[in-house]
Amino acid sequence: MEVYLDNNATTMVDPKVYEEMKPFFCDKYGNPNSLHKFGAGTHPKMVEALDFLYEGINAADEDDIIITGNACESINTVLKSVWIDKILNGDKKHIITTEVEHPAVTATCKFLETQGVAVTYLPVNDEGILEAETVKQFIKEETALVTVMWANNETGKVFPIKEIGTICKAAGVAFHSDATQAIGKVPVDVQDCNINYLTFSAHKFHGPKGVGGLYVKKGSELTPLIHGGEQMGGKRAGTVDVASMVGMGWAMHLATSTMALAYEKNHVSKLRDKLESAILELPETIVIGGKDNRTPNTTLISIRGVEGESMLWDLNQKGVGASTGSACASEDLEANPVMNAFGSDSELAHTGVRFSLSRFNTEEQIDYAIDVIKGAIVRLRAISSSYAYAPESHNSGL
Amino acid sequence: MAKNDLISGSIWDEYSDQVVNRMNNPQHQGEITEERAKELGTKLIVADFGAESCGDAVRLYWAVNETTDEIVESKFKSFGCGTAIASSDVMAELCVGKTVDQAVKITNIDVEFALRDNADTPAVPPQKMHCSVMAYDVIKKAASEYKGVDMESFETEVIVCECARVSLATLREVIRINDLKTVEEITDFTKAGAFCKSCIKPGGHEEKEYYLVDILADTRAQMEEEKLKTAADASESGELTFDKMTLVQRIKAIDTLLDEEIRPMLAMDGGNMEIIDIKENIPHYDLYIRYLGACSGCASGSSGTLYAIESVLKQKIDENLRVLPI
Repeated sequence: MEVYLDNNATTMVDPKVYEEMKPFFCDKYGNPNSLHKFGAGTHPKMVEALDFLYEGINAADEDDIIITGNACESINTVLKSVWIDKILNGDKKHIITTEVEHPAVTATCKFLETQGVAVTYLPVNDEGILEAETVKQFIKEETALVTVMWANNETGKVFPIKEIGTICKAAGVAFHSDATQAIGKVPVDVQDCNINYLTFSAHKFHGPKGVGGLYVKKGSELTPLIHGGEQMGGKRAGTVDVASMVGMGWAMHLATSTMALAYEKNHVSKLRDKLESAILELPETIVIGGKDNRTPNTTLISIRGVEGESMLWDLNQKGVGASTGSACASEDLEANPVMNAFGSDSELAHTGVRFSLSRFNTEEQIDYAIDVIKGAIVRLRAISSSYAYAPESHNSGL
Repeated sequence: MAKNDLISGSIWDEYSDQVVNRMNNPQHQGEITEERAKELGTKLIVADFGAESCGDAVRLYWAVNETTDEIVESKFKSFGCGTAIASSDVMAELCVGKTVDQAVKITNIDVEFALRDNADTPAVPPQKMHCSVMAYDVIKKAASEYKGVDMESFETEVIVCECARVSLATLREVIRINDLKTVEEITDFTKAGAFCKSCIKPGGHEEKEYYLVDILADTRAQMEEEKLKTAADASESGELTFDKMTLVQRIKAIDTLLDEEIRPMLAMDGGNMEIIDIKENIPHYDLYIRYLGACSGCASGSSGTLYAIESVLKQKIDENLRVLPI
């Protein structure tokens, strides 16, 4: 049996999404900017896709949702636009973010620092959540932007976006949220949260890879990252990939309906909890950051004495796919900064394994995965030089 | 960047079959108890190296015959990734049947080589080479405990890149002999820095005492200082050739000659000239000049006068000098 439990990395394309995309490869292949019927014939489905996107995040019609290549591009567009508009050509010089953002945010902020921008990286609390009050403390007169992820990719922790949005609005500071890990897992409502910019990626909610979205609230400045055409109202040049746009629209529609979110909250979380509880039956296992305020599909578990990469190896041998933030599993031998952000236990950086489910996982798959995971833990702890001699400690999921 | 760098493959695809097999089924994993050591008529040695908080930790067990110093049995326990477990397994195997002194000579390069499926194909991707270093370190730790000496006593030289086992002395020598100017060149010549990259600069996977960037900077600073001293000494003894001169010495030599042989001629017509720059354009040295006074705008400045200046400089200073008026 093969069980995919790495849905925070990417997801399977929903078969319904795939069906909706198919006509735009070999049948309705016209350039949407062309005047003839081959081009114009693509428009109805593009309009439908946009409607789905606007509904999915509750964007107002006067706002923009720009189709991009991926969330990285969307995020770069926001951050570099703020840099150009408010810092280079304005009187601001400061950006606030967190220590646990995706590299799309962190690496862009690091680049902006080389250009003279002051960036504050706010710490998270013991549960891995940024407290809204912390944001309030660090907002200054020169702050141009606050950028905080909606949900964390490693822990699944959901951040207090509504409270942060309220604080930013009161301070007159633009607010961006990377919602890549939130859409399709928890409700995302841009109007309810005072969001100026929201970014997302289709492949995280059962859409195709290579297409993302950038929401821009009316009145929020946006200097394009990519020039060279009038597509997307001149905000993002390049021939629109109609198939991908349609795919993202349908993926959004299927992932954010009331029924879909309820299924995520009730069914997917039950499977996640079953998996989590079974692992926690073993001694010296903990849920990193605890169980509260998480996306329904994610659990990040530290298994004492078992290095993350070797755990993934064993799981892979038995057809189970998961993820680790361990340095040994990365190309550059750098531990995942999210693990380091917890700080209290440096061993977490090497023993954390992330399981992220989707609506396509079944109970049978989870039962199989539990057996495989437990078997791997037993085998690797038998080899481990540290587990056999570890001092007694409490086994707790808190 | 090149074609092969554009799509990063899975590091697992680069593991040898030996690594895979030993990861899945390590042959020497386990413990040696006091009872077992007694049963074998040996002394039990238990050595730990690394820490779970650093991502790698290994415990090595030896049963050593105290009469012959032979390692009769060897086992390991390892907290680490797949390559760390496979490296520990082959390391334990390599120890069996060797004396303690022979075992200390086993390096991480021997461990990696023993994990290869064939001699020409590395057993692990470059960034995983550091996993075999821990195997080498724990052997030294076990040997130091058996002999009752300090671990450092087994090191005869300062190793900068542990993955490729390149010493500080070698690095300094290679930089000097080959006039290396970049870390990339050092890596090409020695393989230092080609693997886990911790030794290149601070902030890598492991903290190091020496970094390639510093060794390069220090060595080049020494080389420059020696070059200046050599140039000064040669200048003093009158043995200095133009190609060995510093930029300042070159300007000074040319300016002196101009004062002696060229400027007096130009002054007779109310003219002069100044040196703007000298650039190496091997095999040539391009002297950029500007005419002053009456020479400025004079037609002869690009023909007769120029030829005269260049001839004198070629004859008296260096035949590769070219004069370029701007």
